This record gives sequence, structure tokens and C-alpha cells, in this order.
Amino acid sequence: MEWYLRGVIKLNNIGKSYVTGSQKLEVLKGLSCNIKKGEMVAIMGSSGSGKSTLLNILGLLDSFDSGDYLLSGESMSGLNERAAAKYRSKLLGFVFQSFNLIGFKTALENVALPLYYQSIPRKKRNVIAMDYLKKVGLEDWASHLPNQMSGGQKQRVAIARALVAQPKVILADEPTGALDSVTSSDVMTLLREINADGITMIIVTHEHDIAALCDRTIHLVDGLIDLS
Amino acid sequence: MKKESKINLFDLDRVLEILQVFLTNPFRTFLSGLGVGWGLFMIVVTVGASNGLENGVTSEMGGRVKNSMFLWSRMTSMPYKGFKRGRRFEFNNSDTEFLRENATSIKLVAPRNQLGGHRGSNNVTRGTKSGAFNVYGDVPGYIEIDPVKILSGRYLNQGDIDNERKIAVIGKRVLELLYDKEIEPIGSSIQIQGVIFSVVGVYSTYKTGEDAEEDNQSIFIPYTTFGKSFHTNNEVGWYSLLMDENVHADTSAAEVMSLLKQRKSVHPDDKRAMGSWSMASEFEEVESLFAAFRLISFIFGGLALLAGAIGIMNIMLITVRERTKELGIRRAMGATPLTVMRQIMSETIFLTTLSGLMGVSFGVASLEGVNHLLESMGGSGGSFRNPEVSLYTVLIALGVMLVMGVIAGILPAVRAIAIRPVEAIRTE
Ligand SMILES: Nc1ncnc2c1ncn2[C@@H]1O[C@H](COP(=O)(O)OP(=O)(O)OP(=O)(O)O)[C@@H](O)[C@H]1O
Ligand SMILES: [Mg+2]
Repeated sequence: MEWYLRGVIKLNNIGKSYVTGSQKLEVLKGLSCNIKKGEMVAIMGSSGSGKSTLLNILGLLDSFDSGDYLLSGESMSGLNERAAAKYRSKLLGFVFQSFNLIGFKTALENVALPLYYQSIPRKKRNVIAMDYLKKVGLEDWASHLPNQMSGGQKQRVAIARALVAQPKVILADEPTGALDSVTSSDVMTLLREINADGITMIIVTHEHDIAALCDRTIHLVDGLIDLS
Repeated sequence: MKKESKINLFDLDRVLEILQVFLTNPFRTFLSGLGVGWGLFMIVVTVGASNGLENGVTSEMGGRVKNSMFLWSRMTSMPYKGFKRGRRFEFNNSDTEFLRENATSIKLVAPRNQLGGHRGSNNVTRGTKSGAFNVYGDVPGYIEIDPVKILSGRYLNQGDIDNERKIAVIGKRVLELLYDKEIEPIGSSIQIQGVIFSVVGVYSTYKTGEDAEEDNQSIFIPYTTFGKSFHTNNEVGWYSLLMDENVHADTSAAEVMSLLKQRKSVHPDDKRAMGSWSMASEFEEVESLFAAFRLISFIFGGLALLAGAIGIMNIMLITVRERTKELGIRRAMGATPLTVMRQIMSETIFLTTLSGLMGVSFGVASLEGVNHLLESMGGSGGSFRNPEVSLYTVLIALGVMLVMGVIAGILPAVRAIAIRPVEAIRTE
């Protein structure tokens, strides 16, 4: 993988449909786009337009039916689960609307989890995780469980977790969707700071003022990118 | 990309991970382990109990040598060589010589005669005291067949036989009944049916239970002296034989029988003419009984284990479903299907092993408790003594359980890796 391609995303004619029973729902209908290294991009669109579907495909959490997806210059077509897990672990970080922290793990353990799957020893893992908790301003909350924290704090823990393995791309699905406006802008400030370090950032959002904080916005309409 | 970490069987990190999962719902963890624990507990306790029974029974048999055999003459049941059926016949000293020379599978031939018994009238006296005891005429070799412990003095020897000495070795109980406490028995004399014998030794039996009492009330005198003093002369009451260990008891019994039948003109097929009893066949019988006991406890314990393993599998299936989201998050964070599979398998095996070990520990502890109780009751629990399980048994049971743990883990693990990360993370 060439260094100058790291964090670069190229989508070529991506098609994705869901089959439920006898019905086939075409969600993405040959979608193409390029996202440059270090770009901060917002994805907007009406509910059900396929934003999450697109983000999950970008995150290798879901497969696509047709077209090609180049991540850091490598094709992601027909990956098996094991290879997908490797790419996720090495290149991608996730932030979700509902935080998706593991309830029985402390903030520190949650942040350290991606490092566990990279087989980094516990002591080292905890030191690194603590660094990232500091970065999001939550070092005093390291030993708290998620249900002892506010939404904004949980999302910051999730961001620390997304960062801990030093990904090239962070994918965020409505990261501020469950937060009030003040906390939302805190979180966006944090994400901008992270992006300033050169990490490519893709944010799905409903809110125009969130999208306005990004470099550019991709509008999804009817399974395609609206270029108008 | 970094290579998959090598698979460590015991990785502290993974154990901590598993413990954390278990501790999120300790009560359910405990309940799901209960079945397997119970199964192993059952195995340990029932095997221990049947071993206890076996130990009890074998100790009642005492130190009696396993390759010993007893043989006596009865009445013929078939006509042969001009003799009618129903003929009585006796063994005599020349038969003894004949056996010693010709029976190749016999190591030791001990002819015996007996007098009296505790149900008979008093036959032994000393001063004003008297008692009814078994009096045996024996050769020195008999102690090898039915060992006793010499408490003082000595046992019979060849000189006693050759010189027809009037000496006696008396049982512990005989001593208690005929002697006052402070009197030294060795060198004293007793009268057996009016004949004076000088006491040269005191013994006690190795047996326990009823047999022991009978044994301690016996008196051994030289075989030759017995013949002279009580006019059995040439006659042999019965034979005690020590057989070659390398020959099966039935084979040597058959050899001796056929030799004697020929010599005493008994029909070769006459099964009733002689009686015999061998320790080996007795042991075999008892042993096969206990082998059956053990088998049954393994089968029942195994079924309990199986039920326990199925229980664990069910719980793990439920757990996996409940943890769909968690497992999806782990997948998004870089867990490969193999890691997830390994995690679920480890959890199942860990749970099975842990509860199995608890079951074994409780089982062994219970046996130890019973043991303690028996000992505090004076060491004699009748036919029950020293219940125990061998390490070997425990290891087999644990091995079986481990295999079951693996089998129980497969289905939940397969379910777990079938969870696609996107399904898990979807928020509804
Ligand atoms: N697993 C699935 N099976 C069937 N249909 C699905 C599945 N996942 C998504 N869909 C459908 O695909 C379409 C796009 O869903 P998606 O979640 O991508 O929308 P979205 O743009 O993220 O919407 P929202 O803004 O409400 O989150 C929807 O109509 C949804 O019902
Ligand atoms: Mg969505």
C-alpha cells in the first residue's frame, strides 16, 4: 500500500440491494465518488436514502453487490470476513450514533479494545488507551462504566476508541444524533482537531450546521449522489 | 499486516476477558455450571462409594493369599471301576506326597486336620479355665497360605513336624480367655482333649469382621502331632494349596482334581466327589461385581454430565444471542471470526472445566468427610471402609468433561461467528 494512497477512498459504480422475502430493495444504484486523504466529508440525505448502508460498506461492515471499492489503493471486492477484520483493525475507526460501548467494560477498557485485537499486551494497551482518553479530556473517567457517563462523554470515549489504533479513516454515523447542540459542537470541534492530524473523516448527518463544519457535503438521493 | 498472534492455550488476557464476561451475570454463570458440577460430583461420590464397599469387602477377606485354594473329599456321585456311587473316600499322607511330586501348578501342599470349634463343647483347658476352640493340625507352610501376625514367640517349624513335638501356637482370643493378664504364655502348657501341649507362640489375624473373631480363637499344632494325639493317623481332613500365580486358578484346580480323581478311582466327570474353594475365583467374582458398579456409576454420572453439557450449551446459545450487539462491536473493532469463535469456545470450556473441578472437589471433600467420620467411629464401618477415587478416575472424568465442553461450545461459537457486524450494530 503506497503511503500517498493511505486514507484515500475511491468508489466505482457501487450497487447494493436488500432482499427481504420476495421483495428486492435497491438502496445504492451504481454510486461513484472519490474522497481524498485528509478530507472531512459530510454525507446527507433523507431518511432511508442509504447513508448508513454506504457508511457500512465503506467500513467493510457490510458487503456490496457490484462495482469496486478501493481503500488506500487496494480493492475491497469479495473480501472474506477475516481480511475485512484485518483492514478494519488497521485502517478504520468507527463512531456511532448510539455510541456502541460495551456496557460491562470501563471507559479505559472500551478504548483499549481495538488494541486487544491487535494482540498488544495489556499494560501497553492501557497506557496508550489512557493517552487517548486524555486527548478527549476524560482521563478522570477512565474507570467509569458507560452507564455512569453522559451522552457527550460516551461519544468522546467512542471517539477515543476509534482513534486508539491510529486509523487512516474515521467513519461516523450521526455522531451527534443523540446529543444536544452544545455537546454536538464540542464533539465536532474534537473531530475537526483529529482531522487536522491528517485522518480522513466521513460523517453521516441530518444537520446542516454539522455538515457546514465539514470540507464538503455529499448528498444522497435515490441511491445516487446528487450533483446538482 | 501483523500476523495473527500465536494461539496460547493459557493467556492471562483471555482469561481476564472470560472472567469479566462471567461476572456480568454471576448467578446465571453459577446456575449453568451447576449441571456439569453435579455430574462430576455424582461420578466421584458413586465411584468412591463403590470403592469403599470394595475396600471393606477385601479387607474382610484379610491378608488371605489370592492364589490359595482349599480342597476336600466328599461322596462320589458316579459309579466307576467297579465302585458304586455314593462311596466315601478320604485323602491320606501318601496322597499328599503324590500331589507334591506330580501337581506341577501347585507350589505348596498343606494337609490339614481340625478338632472342635466354638460351637462344640469345651475342648481346651488350662488350670481352672477352659474354652471351645478350633484346633488345627498344620504344616509350617500354611502361614504362607493364610498369613497371621506372630505377636510373641514363634510359628510352627519343620522340627516340630519331624519330631512330633507337643507344642501349640495360640490365637489372641485364646490367650485372653485362658490366661490372666500378667501371666506369660510362652513356655506355659495347655491341655487339648487331655493331651498336654506347650505354648510356643501367640498370633493375631489380619482379617476384620466376623472371620477375625473365629480366626483369633484357633490353635495351631504340628500336623504329625495332631495325627498321633487325636488318632486321625494317616488321614488328611482337607488340603490347603498354594498355586502357581502364573497359572489361572481354574486350570490348576482342574489339574489337581484330575490327578486326585485318577488316584482315588473317581470317575473323571464326577463333579460332586470333591469340593473346592479358591480365593482367586472369589476375588474375581467380587471384582467383576465392583467393576459393574463402577461402570454403572460412570454411565449415570456420564448422563448427568451430558445433561450438564447440554445445559451449558443452551445457556451459551442464549448468551450469544443476548450479546449480539457486543459481539458485533468486537467485530467492528477488529475481531476476526476466528477470535470470536475462540472466545466463545474458551468461555464454554472454561465454564465446563471450572464447574467440573468444583464438582470433583466437592465430591472428594465429601468422601474425605465420610472417611473422617468412619475413622472417628473407630475405623470400622462394617463392609464400608476408606472410600476413595483414584487420580486416574478423576482425570478420565475431567477428560470426558473437557470433550463435552468442546462439543457444547461448537454450536454457540458457530452462531456467534454467523453474526454479521452490520446486523449487530444496527440500532432500531
Ligand atoms: N438489512 C436490511 N434488510 C432490508 N432492508 C434494509 C436493511 N438495511 C437497510 N435496509 C433498507 O435500506 C434503506 C436504506 O437504509 P439506511 O439505513 O442506509 O438508511 P439511512 O439513510 O441511514 O436512513 P436514516 O437517516 O434513517 O438512518 C432503507 O429503506 C432500509 O429500510
Ligand atoms: Mg442511518
